[in-house]
Amino acid sequence: MTEHAEPASFAFDAESEAKITKVMAKYPAGKQASAVLPLLDFAQRQMGRVTGSAWVPKVAMDEIARRLEMAPIRVYEVATFYFMFNMAPVGKYHLQLCTTTPCWLRGSDDVVAACRKATGIKGWKETSEDGLFTMTEVECVGACVNAPILQVNDDFFEDMDAESTEKLLAALRRGEYPTPGSVTGRQTSAPEGGATTLTTLNFPAE
Amino acid sequence: MVKVTVDGIDVDVPPGSNVLQACEAAGKEVPRFCYHERLSVAGNCRMCLVEIEKAPPKPFASCAYPVNEGMVVHTDTPMVKKARAGVMEFLLINHPLDCPICDQGGECDLQDQAVGYGRDGSRYTEAKRAVKDKDLGPLVKTVMTRCIQCTRCIRFSAEIAGTPELGATARGESMEVGTYVQMALTSELSGNLIDICPVGALTSKPYAFVARPWELKKTDSVDVLDAVGTNIRVDARGPEVLRILPRLNEDVNEEWLADKSRFSVDGLKRRRLDSVWVKRDGKLVKSGWEDAFEAIDARLKGVAGERIGAIAGDLCDAESMLALKDLMSALGSANTDCRQDGAALDGTRREFYTFNTSIAGIEAADAILLVGCNPRREAPLINARVLKRWRTGGLKVASVGPVADLTYPVEAIGEGPAVLAGLLDGSHPFASVLKAAKHPMVIVGQGALRRADGAAVLASAWKLAETVGALGAEWHGFNVLHTAAARVGGLDLGFLPGAGGKNVAAMMGGGVDVLWLLGTDEIDTTKIGADTFVIYQGHHGDAGAARADVILPGAAYTEKNGTYVNTEGRVQRGQLAIYPPGEAREDWKILRAFSGWLGKPLPYDSIEALRDRLETVNPVFARLDILPRFGCADVAGPAGGEMSPVAFEPAVANYYQTDVISRASPTMAECTATYVAPLKAAAE
Repeated sequence: MTEHAEPASFAFDAESEAKITKVMAKYPAGKQASAVLPLLDFAQRQMGRVTGSAWVPKVAMDEIARRLEMAPIRVYEVATFYFMFNMAPVGKYHLQLCTTTPCWLRGSDDVVAACRKATGIKGWKETSEDGLFTMTEVECVGACVNAPILQVNDDFFEDMDAESTEKLLAALRRGEYPTPGSVTGRQTSAPEGGATTLTTLNFPAE
Repeated sequence: MVKVTVDGIDVDVPPGSNVLQACEAAGKEVPRFCYHERLSVAGNCRMCLVEIEKAPPKPFASCAYPVNEGMVVHTDTPMVKKARAGVMEFLLINHPLDCPICDQGGECDLQDQAVGYGRDGSRYTEAKRAVKDKDLGPLVKTVMTRCIQCTRCIRFSAEIAGTPELGATARGESMEVGTYVQMALTSELSGNLIDICPVGALTSKPYAFVARPWELKKTDSVDVLDAVGTNIRVDARGPEVLRILPRLNEDVNEEWLADKSRFSVDGLKRRRLDSVWVKRDGKLVKSGWEDAFEAIDARLKGVAGERIGAIAGDLCDAESMLALKDLMSALGSANTDCRQDGAALDGTRREFYTFNTSIAGIEAADAILLVGCNPRREAPLINARVLKRWRTGGLKVASVGPVADLTYPVEAIGEGPAVLAGLLDGSHPFASVLKAAKHPMVIVGQGALRRADGAAVLASAWKLAETVGALGAEWHGFNVLHTAAARVGGLDLGFLPGAGGKNVAAMMGGGVDVLWLLGTDEIDTTKIGADTFVIYQGHHGDAGAARADVILPGAAYTEKNGTYVNTEGRVQRGQLAIYPPGEAREDWKILRAFSGWLGKPLPYDSIEALRDRLETVNPVFARLDILPRFGCADVAGPAGGEMSPVAFEPAVANYYQTDVISRASPTMAECTATYVAPLKAAAE
């Protein structure tokens, strides 16, 4: 466990409870431990909603263990296995930088450098002094076709380079939230500059 | 049965076996780290690779591959050898080369198998991984960099001990075995983690850097710190017992050992009585055996037989109790009692005071009622058997008495004897559960018996067992769980008040003039009459010795050949591992010598002759190690009485300190501070 302040207690709020009721209904009695992943997710989201830092404190894992009637260590094991669960507080914007081969070939080093420059963060898993940003190096997030990817909280910002990264972070700092997706303006993962095939097909209007 | 050929040897194995078991049946050794026959299969160390014909051309993890009819397995092909060597090389990548300072050295699976499958040098030049050590409490020491992540400890704590506190957190390179949050393991079986760890990641904290396994003299013996009769191996070097390990006995302890029995070993060399003491002018003076015998002889002169009494303690061997009983008869006294806690044990029939179902028999039970009994504290290995049974499903357990966490779900149905009445007349819902059960068990603990109405509780429990059909011709479901290793032996040889004899309570407060305490330390010595002359014969300076007028130094269980009867009624023999310290002698010899001094010599000069006498007194002593299963032939119960409504008290308040040896042990004191003191503080 890393060193950080733990909250004294954790209880699911009404919004989380509503989601829990829905999820738990999927599992038969005695198999409720299967709901551990969604519950960890709800806990992390609730922390993000309430405190501005989306992470799972130990007290939340204990609460989940109690609710799902499993040993706390079994929840700790699951939570620490998936790096999507943050075991320590993170900034308001969790910058998850993919540096796996496709992103790296397409210039993820520049994106990382731009993030460091803009936020002043030196290492991985560190939070900027203003508490806004945390930088995490992640493995392939599965969007290589639009590499490099910078994931902010749940959203992918694609086709990044140093300049667009700076712009994005400046916007976040101003309190704006740009539209996720490709920053070059292409449609999802369609070719840059528009379609190159099937250009002559004309479908009748419905 | 499934026919399998292993290296050309045909074997038949039960369906559902794995390939590794088939290889073992064929006498082929398969190296393994994660596989353990008493734990679930993990299949993650990959050391047990074998080749299987007509299967995909790859090595198979034999522990996790089920057998098929006609399967042809090879364990000695070049492919197998190469695959295992590859696994070994990977295991050693991050394993430190610190065998010379590792306590596992000499009895390490990884060390042994590296001889067979390891390379002469490492090809690995990158940085090695290092893992922070965990603090798992006062018993288990960790060097986590040595961990090869076999997960045996994780499975043991969840499946056998029933305290799922260990786990593997994070993953890949960062995976670590530990508790995630800093905590001491709460299991009474945590010492077994040391045994099952195939490397030196989990070792014994008190035994750290004490000795090497090849320096130790190993003696097979029997544990006496609880009434389970765990089979142990006593490892000694010179005049010191250094450690105690479990020995395999499927019917008693399987291959486990409870923490108190394992770690109390340092109490064996502390606060020992190693010389004879005689009180002169109100002060104990170091003396010789003759002085002591003379002093006792002088005091006995003119004292009538009925004014002499003897109480046997919890750790006594049957031989010394019989010698003491014979000595008392020679002195004309019938005042003998082995129930120092005052438990209302009925010695009239053996079924009334033994664990009749037997420990292995628990595995057939389908409903258990605990009466004033906390098996987790009183007999952790019996508790582990109940958990083992519970894990196979369909077992219902209810408890009358203090509510406690027994590691499996227990329905708390009441605190005192009042519930028994409800169960007897069938008005309590659990009565129907017991009645519906095919093999119901009633377990009566000492907490229910060591009270004024103990006899009534015993009678009600028997009656209840009869009512619910637990006393059948094939199944005996009435059980008394003892906490003292000497108790059943004492009852078997009739170390009870004879005709007109006094029991423990009657011997207190001046009920006798001369009182012989044989390792009796759990009575309230302040209640002994001020003028009573007390002879304490035992091995530790504790409550009994503090009150004594004459102290005769005896031998602890590791220092004598003795017969013990466990709570099931199983007769087992402990063996002398080291000699008693200083002037101390084997207890029966002291009694025999004194009888000679008195001029009333006991009729045995050797332990063999004494054991012949034991068999004459009770033929059960001739039946060593074996325990025939029997049903109940006679359902007539013990004499009863009125039950009081007072709630049952726990028989063992502090698991870690119950007898002179564990009270003298610094390790057990540390455990008490770690585990018991915080609970006490929380309760206050």
